[in-house]
Amino acid sequence: MAPAGPRSGDAIFASAERVNAELFTLTYGAIVRQLLTDLEEVEEVNKQLDQMGYNIGIRLVDEFLAKSNVSRCIDFKETAEVIAKVGFKMFLGVTASVTNWDADGTCCSIVLEDNPLVDFVELPDTCQGLYYCNVLSGVIRGALEMVSMKTEVTWARDMLRGDDAFELQVKLLKQVPEEYPYKDDE
Amino acid sequence: MQFFGGSEISPSPPAPTVSGNNANMMYVFNRNGICLLYREWNRPLRTLNPQQDHKLMFGLLFSLKSLTAKMDPTIAEKGNLGVPQLPGQGCSFHSFHTNTYKLSFMETPSGIKLILVTHPRTGDLRESLKYIYNLYVEYVVKNPLYSPGTPIRSEIFNTSLDQYVRSIA
Repeated sequence: MAPAGPRSGDAIFASAERVNAELFTLTYGAIVRQLLTDLEEVEEVNKQLDQMGYNIGIRLVDEFLAKSNVSRCIDFKETAEVIAKVGFKMFLGVTASVTNWDADGTCCSIVLEDNPLVDFVELPDTCQGLYYCNVLSGVIRGALEMVSMKTEVTWARDMLRGDDAFELQVKLLKQVPEEYPYKDDE
Repeated sequence: MQFFGGSEISPSPPAPTVSGNNANMMYVFNRNGICLLYREWNRPLRTLNPQQDHKLMFGLLFSLKSLTAKMDPTIAEKGNLGVPQLPGQGCSFHSFHTNTYKLSFMETPSGIKLILVTHPRTGDLRESLKYIYNLYVEYVVKNPLYSPGTPIRSEIFNTSLDQYVRSIA
């Protein structure tokens, strides 16, 4: 039996059950709004969004692997491409592009032209330090950690802050080897 | 985009390979060697306590994996035996059988290991394990009350697993 090849992000997106995009956007907006009210400090909200994203990411990776049939990526370059082309398409319905590789192939940018999270959103003056989409960076960090890659994900460009696109900088810190988890004398 | 997962599992289950009830037991481990699930359908002989049994199974797979990678004649560069591998390095086995049972094994890049022990004459179960992985995603991972890395206590998962395993093996 030939193994089924990886499925494209479009195919998975088409077959998945979806919710109305506006409902999604507004729900996310309500979450951010509530966090701002509860935590008061913009910095704290950024942290909380990142943590929420991380918690999503460590689960989402299994759904991603189960549905996409993607096997192990050879290197970080392939990983980044898969996130941009399959991952974003599958969960958000948009595609991203990967650019700005550094010389050793451990740092790159994922650029989103279209971001469903920010429809109808404007940052008021009091929230200028807010990374509104910080949940996304957490998701990527969490998901990659589950496939043994420690990464650091930061925002390089943000349309809500007047830039022309959303750009996430993903930096591979280290790949964790698989070790025998039990101690010998246990 | 998808949330609140529908109960429908796609793709639909692969066709049964052999009929009859041949499954012995099933294990699910995570990367840290924690046994997330142990299901038993037919196991007349038990010699170890459950903890030892799980550890032995995990150790068997871990060692077998590094041995198979070490013996791989097609890949030039490989580390010494026992030296931890990066995920994605080396080859991996998917089943072995003895005269009394067959063990089918699947490992996902996220470190989840699925092990199904069946009758030695069972056919290729790779697609079945993939389907079980889908069940796991749908009923365990997507359950907000489940905290990752803890043993699975989900009745709906167990029921659908039992049902499915009965149909394949």
